[in-house]
Amino acid sequence: MALLEFRNLTRRFGDLSAVNDVSLAIEAGEFFTLLGPSGCGKTTILRMIAGFDAPDAGDILLDGVSLAGVPPEKRPLHTVFQSYALFPHMTVAGNVAFPLEMAKKSALEIRCRVNETLALVHLEDKADSFPHELSGGQKQRVALARGLVNKPRLLLLDEPLGALDAKLREEMQVELIALQREVGITFVFVTHAQQEALALSHRIAVMRNGRVEQCDEPDKLYTQPANRFVADFIGKINLIDVEVAVSTKVLLTLKAPGLGEIAAADPRPLKAGERGAFALRPELIRVHGHKESADLKNRFAGTVRELLYLGDVTLYKVALADGQVIEALMPNAAPGRAKFHEVGDPVWVCWRHDAGVFLKD
Amino acid sequence: MNATRWLVTLPPTVFLLAFFLAPALIVVAASFREPGEFGGLAPFVAPSLEAYRFLFDDIIYAEIFARSFLVAALTTLICVVLAYPLAWLIARSPAKRRDLLVLLVILPFASNFLVRIYAWIMLLGPVNLLYTPFAVIAGMVYVHLPFMILPLYTNLEKHDPALLEAAQDLGASAWTRFWRVTFPLSLPGIFSGAALVFIPVLGMFAVPELLGGTGDMLIGNLIKEQFLDNRDWPLGAALSIMLTVAVLALAGLAAWGARRGLHGTEAVS
Repeated sequence: MALLEFRNLTRRFGDLSAVNDVSLAIEAGEFFTLLGPSGCGKTTILRMIAGFDAPDAGDILLDGVSLAGVPPEKRPLHTVFQSYALFPHMTVAGNVAFPLEMAKKSALEIRCRVNETLALVHLEDKADSFPHELSGGQKQRVALARGLVNKPRLLLLDEPLGALDAKLREEMQVELIALQREVGITFVFVTHAQQEALALSHRIAVMRNGRVEQCDEPDKLYTQPANRFVADFIGKINLIDVEVAVSTKVLLTLKAPGLGEIAAADPRPLKAGERGAFALRPELIRVHGHKESADLKNRFAGTVRELLYLGDVTLYKVALADGQVIEALMPNAAPGRAKFHEVGDPVWVCWRHDAGVFLKD
Repeated sequence: MNATRWLVTLPPTVFLLAFFLAPALIVVAASFREPGEFGGLAPFVAPSLEAYRFLFDDIIYAEIFARSFLVAALTTLICVVLAYPLAWLIARSPAKRRDLLVLLVILPFASNFLVRIYAWIMLLGPVNLLYTPFAVIAGMVYVHLPFMILPLYTNLEKHDPALLEAAQDLGASAWTRFWRVTFPLSLPGIFSGAALVFIPVLGMFAVPELLGGTGDMLIGNLIKEQFLDNRDWPLGAALSIMLTVAVLALAGLAAWGARRGLHGTEAVS
């Protein structure tokens, strides 16, 4: 049985369906992420799990038992708030002790657990500090410690890294993964940052307009997006409008208007004439100066429009024959590359036949 | 720049020196003089401690002080209890209604103080509560309630609602959320309000004079009596100084208390 289950979960605000018929199951021990742009309903789901909001239809089940009518203070789960919401009049130790005091633990147990948990987040020496004396990263850790100390069945995290700067965020991501592995508590994480979701999660549910577009492991989401939205939302991608020309078990031939034929692989039986998008990651495209060295099945002539040198890689924006611009990412450390292609250079772009995926409309 | 600064600060400084510091020093000086035969002060011969000796000799003065502090404390406590729900309600109202409610709280100030007290006489007379300790306390609470509501509202309005959600999420019942989160964070507001109520009540003489009975005399009445009725200025001055010292000691205590609750104020503002 799944630890947490949504059954046809729906929440409306007036005419707007903030959450629309969502069914998901989250397993014990999972690091599960709800990912999507702002307004997609991810935070509404989180608030319904915590009990601050109630579904209009459908149900949330914890260990197979409905949470309907259970007030937030009676649910065996805790939330790490976006603003941390640390109690400003209590010390770090006081904040972390709070959920244990609410659970009427003995003074001795509280002292032990607080010390243990503060050690877990490397804040032993800050026990007697007040929240306003801490840095953003330290506040974040106190909020995590406070959420974890009473060993909830589930920890909900509402964009907890949103307020941190980029470098600190990366550090906290590493810590968060280690922490979750160490305590073994199920995390339900909400974010709009796709990279963060990919880095942290066991599974991700990509949401849009109150619906789950795709729920999968990070690498599946990245390499096999279910539709244009997911492909576009996760990482960088080229989307080329195509229609199916010939579909066999081993080879899929697509027709791109203005470009010509693209060879792809798709085991699904597809009907000729079906429309969709061919989705191709920039790092799977090669850019060559000579036609002969571009010896892959898909090969198209183009002109370099722009190039961005990013240190480890260079991003080329190449205009193809039909005028559409595709992005290609070339590692700068690739063997045999003597020079960069400059703006205006005629080039050949090519990719393997199994590099991209066909997305039906 | 410097000249401008002087020009701007000079008038209030001169005003305060002339009309606050000078009279205060005169009162201090008067407390060490002898009373004149027909009021005022006797010609100066030597500093006299007669007024203070008189004050400490008779237990009645200590009793009146004690009663005044009791009335002030009781008034402050009742004000806190009455003001808290109201301040909370205003702070949780939509922004537009909030301004209206605050206006309603300060609206009584638009009418004359004595007129409002006479209204109480009309109200309490028919139910036989006039000239009782109850009337005094009721009048005191009525006059000073807005001074408790406003600082409390200002404080509560700044509380982050996420803190209450966090407390609830971590297992706190409504009762616990109030006592563990809202109340401690509102202490600075309570301290400000208490100072604004307690201190004026200590010196107030109009309310007990108009609503109280013969047994309800407070320090304010006593001081007024020395100056206007008994013509014993040194005793009145000495009583004033004792009152001032007591109030300053309490204000110091309140400031200390407010500083202890400072962690709360910093975070919510």
